[in-house]
Amino acid sequence: MSAHSTKALPDHYKTLYRRAVLDAFKKLNPRWMVRNPVMFVVEIGAVLTTFLWVQSLTGQGEASPGFIGAVSLWLWFTVLFANFAEALAEGRGKAQAEALRRMRQETHAKRLKEPRRDAPMEIVSSSELRKGDFYLVEAGDILPADGEVVEGIASVDESAVTGESAPVIRESGGDRSAVTGGTRLLSDWLIVRVTANPGEGFLDHMIHLVEGAKRQKTPNEIALTILLAAFTIIFLGVVVTLLPFSLYSVEATGQGRPVTITVLVALLVCLIPTTIGGLLPAIGIAGMDRVIRRNVIPLSGRAVEAAGDVDVLLLDKTGTITLGNRQAVELIPAPGVDERTLAEAAQLASLADETPEGRSIVVLAKEKYGLRGRTLTPGEQAPAGFRFVPFSAQTRMSGVDYNGVAIRKGAPDAIFAWIQEQGESVPQEVRVIVESIARNGGTPLVVARNGKVLGVIHLKDIVKGGIRERFAQLRRMGIKTVMITGDNPLTAASIAAEAGVDDFLAQATPETKLKLIREYQAKGHVVAMTGDGTNDAPALAQADVAVAMNTGTQPAREAANLIDLDSNPTKLLDIVEIGKQLLMTRGALTTFSIANDVAKYFAIIPAAFVSVYPSLQALNIMRLATPESAILSAVIFNALIIPALIPLALRGVPYRPVGAARLLRDHLLLYGLGGLIAPFIGIKAIDLVLVALGWAHG
Amino acid sequence: MTVTGVLQIGIFFLALLALVKPLGTYIMRVYSGERVFLERILGPVERLIYRFAGVEPSQEMSWKTYAVAMLLFNAAGLLFLYALQRLQGVLPLNPQGFVAVSPDLAFNTAASFVTNTNWQAYGGETTMSHLTRMLGLTAQNFLSAATGMAVAIAFIRGLARHTANTIGNFWVDLVRGTLYILLPLAVVLALLLVSQGVVQTLSAYKTVALLDPTTNADGQPVTEQTLALGPAASQIAIKHLGTNGGGFFNANSAHPFENPTPLTNFLEMLAEAVIAFSLTYTFGKMVGDTRQGWALLAVMMIILVGSTLVAYVSESAGNPRLAALGVEQTASSLNPGGNMEGKEVRFGIANSALFAVVTTGTSTGAVNSMHDSFTPLGGLVLLWLMQLGEIAPGGVGSGLYGILVFAIVAVFVAGLMVGRTPEYLGKKIEVYEMKMASLIILIMPMVVLSFTALAVVTAAGKASVFNPGPHGFSEVLYAFTSMANNNGSAFGGLNANTPFYNITGGLVMLIGRFWPAVPALALAGSLARKKKVPSSAGTLPTHTPLFILWLLSVILIVGALNFFPALALGPVAEHFLLFR
Repeated sequence: MSAHSTKALPDHYKTLYRRAVLDAFKKLNPRWMVRNPVMFVVEIGAVLTTFLWVQSLTGQGEASPGFIGAVSLWLWFTVLFANFAEALAEGRGKAQAEALRRMRQETHAKRLKEPRRDAPMEIVSSSELRKGDFYLVEAGDILPADGEVVEGIASVDESAVTGESAPVIRESGGDRSAVTGGTRLLSDWLIVRVTANPGEGFLDHMIHLVEGAKRQKTPNEIALTILLAAFTIIFLGVVVTLLPFSLYSVEATGQGRPVTITVLVALLVCLIPTTIGGLLPAIGIAGMDRVIRRNVIPLSGRAVEAAGDVDVLLLDKTGTITLGNRQAVELIPAPGVDERTLAEAAQLASLADETPEGRSIVVLAKEKYGLRGRTLTPGEQAPAGFRFVPFSAQTRMSGVDYNGVAIRKGAPDAIFAWIQEQGESVPQEVRVIVESIARNGGTPLVVARNGKVLGVIHLKDIVKGGIRERFAQLRRMGIKTVMITGDNPLTAASIAAEAGVDDFLAQATPETKLKLIREYQAKGHVVAMTGDGTNDAPALAQADVAVAMNTGTQPAREAANLIDLDSNPTKLLDIVEIGKQLLMTRGALTTFSIANDVAKYFAIIPAAFVSVYPSLQALNIMRLATPESAILSAVIFNALIIPALIPLALRGVPYRPVGAARLLRDHLLLYGLGGLIAPFIGIKAIDLVLVALGWAHG
Repeated sequence: MTVTGVLQIGIFFLALLALVKPLGTYIMRVYSGERVFLERILGPVERLIYRFAGVEPSQEMSWKTYAVAMLLFNAAGLLFLYALQRLQGVLPLNPQGFVAVSPDLAFNTAASFVTNTNWQAYGGETTMSHLTRMLGLTAQNFLSAATGMAVAIAFIRGLARHTANTIGNFWVDLVRGTLYILLPLAVVLALLLVSQGVVQTLSAYKTVALLDPTTNADGQPVTEQTLALGPAASQIAIKHLGTNGGGFFNANSAHPFENPTPLTNFLEMLAEAVIAFSLTYTFGKMVGDTRQGWALLAVMMIILVGSTLVAYVSESAGNPRLAALGVEQTASSLNPGGNMEGKEVRFGIANSALFAVVTTGTSTGAVNSMHDSFTPLGGLVLLWLMQLGEIAPGGVGSGLYGILVFAIVAVFVAGLMVGRTPEYLGKKIEVYEMKMASLIILIMPMVVLSFTALAVVTAAGKASVFNPGPHGFSEVLYAFTSMANNNGSAFGGLNANTPFYNITGGLVMLIGRFWPAVPALALAGSLARKKKVPSSAGTLPTHTPLFILWLLSVILIVGALNFFPALALGPVAEHFLLFR
């Protein structure tokens, strides 16, 4: 679905912005604003100054109407800018939700009394289906509800959910049994047991999620909100007590005027962390949106945040670390056998073998020995006299018979048994070769002709390109990678070394996986894993961050807290990055916001008290034109910095795979020191503009 | 500034640093329940106290029990001290026949000594009987200091332990801290002070004939003087060691019987700072990484040394108004130079500025010069050291948990910036921790500012101000800053012994002490329960120069943001008035 929205037309953006502007005003409702304590204070300040402005229009004001009006106006802008940021972040989600909602229209369902094709059937509305019901879908039907396939195999178009146009296979049993309501059956038929009541399905969940309707603050966001609220309370105290201080100073010195309420409100709004307070909701929504745009559905906001904390990644070997299949890398002839003879025999035995392993043998023979590369597709007729022997679980061999010659390739013990059956013996050298390949993590296949061993094919797991570098990056970030595999420890160790993972779990079973996760967690680690099978469910439920493949089974999807619609195990690494970005953006903007206050003090304090203590003009180090222009410049800067930082809040602080010490240094320089200096320049620039426009005398 | 002045300041800080490791290790051993050499002598006393009080020393407490024990103990101390002052007229050891202390002053003084503030709205030698001083004030000097250390140690345990429900036993921490740390150090220091001429007697005051008779303001001849005496050395030793600061005499450490020589001056300053600094090493030891302790010490040191230099330079520069009148203020062999108003000639500029910085930095509040007479900038430094929250190095114990709370806030923001749920020493800083840290950080500025505001708008508050203008404002601000931070020093120029200041001040001191202590213990309890996250390259290091700089910035910026407007109307305005 994301594919559709990212290819949107400029028109789409116009709507997005128009709607965000409208929402910014709607959100002025105090009942909404109170959720965000910092911005709520700004809104109260804006209301208060508006009243003061009205009062000043009657000639009774504490300052000129022009000045109070300008401060008031910019305070309203401050609130609106913050609301706009949040509305903009929500906007994209809303558009997606509408598209999804159109898909979730009611359909008819063929409800079955029993899970049999020939069971009595009634046509009901999809909204009448309940958990535990069975329904039948046939080619062309829209699936009426989420469920688990109990019978049948069929191809399903899930593009509505995943954006992926290629159909996927869904079948009973195994790891591809979950189906989603709203998708369309392309061929065959399925009997499905309903797993979600109407309104609780996957699609409904996605709608809520992208709309942000159900959005709850994540733990870390709450902690930050508390800190920001504490700062707000402190600054409220600072500003409120400034009035008596100022009254006393006027009384004691007998000169000047006490500070006005307008100036105090302006000072308060400038001091409280409005930059981060205003952008905080947008950061969270945008982070969630980035996850969704990578086709991952977070089942809770907590999961994305927790992903940033992950320091142990459990990765399935197959698909994540290695390409799905083993490949032939070497042909080792038996004593007295010509290498070319072995290559020919190996190729012949693999001609009809359509498995990736078989293909790779043909390709190796062609590339290394220049043998004619030809494979037969299942539909093709075998050349006359050729009879192909397919692989079977019983014989664990495959091969070809022609002109009385029998060539077989297969697992060493199966071939050895076949040879001994024919009264021949296996040379000791061959056994040594087989053992050495196995010891180095490879898989040996033995090739024999008419009861005589020709040699051994070395099949090897191929580690994905670039994965080693990625793991090294993770290590620099302090994240440990653990490979999970069903292989024996020898094979596992060899692949682990080649891929550069930190640790591995060989001969993994659901129990050992669960145990491993618990062990890491007991040591204080935060563990992430991916899984798809039902037997992964316990481990997924135990892991702190669990990504289930969309193709996975229902139990696996229920146990997880993120679902990857593309079913790509490497996606876990992206999710970790997004989680980290989310936290980094919050930290960076908090630092920036607080550091800004120093310059604002230098603008406002001399302006507020210069009438009592003219010598305080010395603190006006920016040489701002007049007290009014100084205060107004600080307020305007404070308002404008919010829209200026919206892109950063929505995109997130750029992620770099470096250690914590380095990240801290760079971010402190950029957002800390930058936050200290930037407002001095910004406020001075705004003051110059105000003077140029002739507004310096409020 | 003079070379000897800089040298003396340098020697002081070096001597202080040299003591940190040995004393810090010793303190760690005392609180970890390890055997220390004094146990042979004091062990039976310790066990007797436990038996007498019905304390089972091996029984640990949850944070709540710990906090309740701490509060009850201090409440009892408050009542006892109040009663003692009210009844001193009928109690023994009152050779001068002092009458009962007035209720508001007795409340203020009781709150003051229980909270380790030692704000003195009374003149010591003209108000308190020997019994009140020994049994009440001196005893509280020990116990309030031991309370502060106990809370700090409980806080450290919270960080050091993991998946634990308890943070120690308050009674054991209180007893061991008093018996093995404060008492022996006080005995040694008292003897050293006596050797230099500090008085220690139970006799009545002496009247002596003046060698050089003079006349009073009315022109009447004055031929004799009453010399106040008493058990001074024993109270003065703990007054400094426990960062209490309540002088035996009204003139505090400026009085020749309280601080007679440059050596006692040096020892008193050292005593003020040594436990608070050593606790950083204790902290490092107990959490298993001494670098963490050194990092905190570095932050404290940078603030304290920096402040000393500003104060020293500012005081040495003298007063431009006097210079305009042709007064020589340059240092020479015959002239200490600079602003000598309110300073003792036997200490001079360097040791007065250093003493003032150490006493405000440590929350001691003893004075050997009049802070009121400092240049505006010099006074600003003293005021600001307290306004940072008394964390450089702060009071014994309270300074350590104060800076640790700042470290937690610094870690929270910095931790976010490296993309992880922030953690300090392997403990995740989450919602509960931020709630408690916020409660601790926001109370002090709120109390100082709101009570100062109250004082400057009410007639009762304004009546006590002798110097109107920015200086008068500074005096009120200083008074409430000092009380809220449990420092106890006064800017002077303010009549503090009025019902208004006694009652508000008493409240401010109690809030300033116990409001932060309870959430600090809650924080300790929550941290102790947490798992310890193993550190990796993704963990924010909290011992590096970068983190030291960051923590320093957080402390300074938060301190500046809280008080910049108030300071602008006080010492800053005064400074610009003086120099324009």
